[in-house]
Amino acid sequence: MVSAEHDSIIKIRGLRTQFGEQVIHEGLDLDVRRGEVLGVVGGSGTGKSVLLRTIIGLNSPQGGMIDVLGTDVHQSSEADRQLLRTRLGVLFQDGALFSSLTVCENIQVPMREHLRMPIELMDELAALKIAMVGLPPNAGPKFPSELSGGMRKRAGLARALSVDPEIIFLDEPTAGLDPIGAAAFDRLIRELQSSLGLTVFMVTHDLDSLTAICDRVAVLVEKKIRVATMAEHMDDPHPWIQEYFKGPRARAALSAGSGQAEMV
Amino acid sequence: MEEQSCWLRTSVEGQSLTVNGGGEWTVQNLAYLDQLLGGLEFDNFSHVTLDVAGLTALDTAGAHIIHRLMNELDRGKIEVVLSGLAVAYRPLLEIVAEADDQQHDPLREDSSLILAMFERVGRALIDALIEAKSLVNFFGLTIIAFASAIAKPRRFRPIALINQIEQTGFNAVLIVCLLNFLIGVVIAYQGAVQLRQFGAEIFMIDGLAFGIPREIAVLITAIVVAGRSGSAFTAQIGTMQVNQEVDALKVVGLDPIEVLVLPRINALLITLPMLVFLADVAGLMGGGLMAVLVLDLTVGQFMNRLEDVISLQHFLVGLVKAPVFAYIIAIVGCFEGLRVTGSAESVGKMTTKSVVESIVLVILADAVFSILFSALGI
Repeated sequence: MVSAEHDSIIKIRGLRTQFGEQVIHEGLDLDVRRGEVLGVVGGSGTGKSVLLRTIIGLNSPQGGMIDVLGTDVHQSSEADRQLLRTRLGVLFQDGALFSSLTVCENIQVPMREHLRMPIELMDELAALKIAMVGLPPNAGPKFPSELSGGMRKRAGLARALSVDPEIIFLDEPTAGLDPIGAAAFDRLIRELQSSLGLTVFMVTHDLDSLTAICDRVAVLVEKKIRVATMAEHMDDPHPWIQEYFKGPRARAALSAGSGQAEMV
Repeated sequence: MEEQSCWLRTSVEGQSLTVNGGGEWTVQNLAYLDQLLGGLEFDNFSHVTLDVAGLTALDTAGAHIIHRLMNELDRGKIEVVLSGLAVAYRPLLEIVAEADDQQHDPLREDSSLILAMFERVGRALIDALIEAKSLVNFFGLTIIAFASAIAKPRRFRPIALINQIEQTGFNAVLIVCLLNFLIGVVIAYQGAVQLRQFGAEIFMIDGLAFGIPREIAVLITAIVVAGRSGSAFTAQIGTMQVNQEVDALKVVGLDPIEVLVLPRINALLITLPMLVFLADVAGLMGGGLMAVLVLDLTVGQFMNRLEDVISLQHFLVGLVKAPVFAYIIAIVGCFEGLRVTGSAESVGKMTTKSVVESIVLVILADAVFSILFSALGI
């Protein structure tokens, strides 16, 4: 499935975003490879979520180029961008489920919008997605308000996976989950990623997620991004990166992560 | 165009059927694939081979349809073999098969229409009764808070009170006066047109002098205030509820009723009668303008006639209702605000509810007043 080892699926060159006077990103370059899990970290206000929103086209940059799956996100025609949207899935922080629709209907929204298929098939697919993300069998007819935070995230993930995207964007997927729930969600993402061949772009603050499932980590510092593996970041002399990856919390996560690796 | 990117071919060898599938078995082609597979007849075969060596793309939807086909054949006691599946697709088929094999409940809750209707009516009735009960309860709580505040006047929170008076009273003056002025114009005009048939246009002024202070001004003002301030109360308190500010108040030892509700009730109790007074004046001015324009009276003549027919009693009847309406609007607004739960969505829902409820209750109270006053002969 992976045609070339280092095939860039998202390509960002010289990105510049600013709000009023405040420059968020300046000359930012980033390549996301097909089939990898990329974790994006950075201090508060460094524009992690802004970057995610810019890549999926919710926010227009002041300069630079973003190419996703061969389509320029901000320059190409509306039709091309519409086509691109069917190949991306996004999980927002609290799921962003449509509150007036049931879980099943939420999952079917992208299918209804982009594809033409009979309702029986849509139901089959919705049931499949519900089971795949580990929602309980009775979740289909429930409304988002009847679900717990963790279940809302799973339902959001099911909607993001609805029409089998090639890339999924996750905005703090484990925020607000208890450690057990967060670990289970991490495992789910990793499992789906490897069996569906997804590329995952994940904004996170969760050091456990970073060590457990990310192939590479992108750090937002000084309006730019530095991408490397965890081990390589350890040797980066930048003070913020040092503190982030060598602080007490990081050490705990790392030792737990290596422990897990040994057990496996 | 998309429909050609996947294909199926069949070949028969005695009792066994070979189905060759290829192309892109993805969600885009799913409906077409489903149709193709639905057109196949398997009944006459004992052995089926599904050869998917020709696949160029497979996603969960495609894997689902493979798995479904194999399950169906299996259940039909037909021996089925899957061959030619690329190694890369194996984990995908596994995860989909595992998910597909899980039992799931119906995706929709089906219910009969008539039963659902009864259920809705019943539920609405019970909800309304429960709500009425807790509203009465809340009314009692505000009275207690009020009584205990009398003992310690500082508890009336003058700063919050003045702030609320500004928002609910001062800022509402323009809209209340404008609306009542226009209503005065409308009533005067319609009255004059009808009364002209009897040559009794001048009695239109009697109608104004009776109707505006007694009923119209106070009702219109109460409705405007319910829409303006009642909704604002619900939205403000509801937002605080969402942000857990109300809980924070309780934790630091403050009573939300005293801090949030009492200043709002007191502010409306003060401002609504004042607004009603202004509304009386504006309504009569609107009527007067029309009298001068339509009846060709002079301002002096209008004033004379008005002085003859207007009475303090009508004016007081209107003014007596104002504090009652103010209390209704304020407690409904605050009550619904405090009932907001968790989400931003419920703020919107409760705000709508509070406006509808307070207007309904205001009109209900007005009807009760009418009966009361007529029984008393006022």
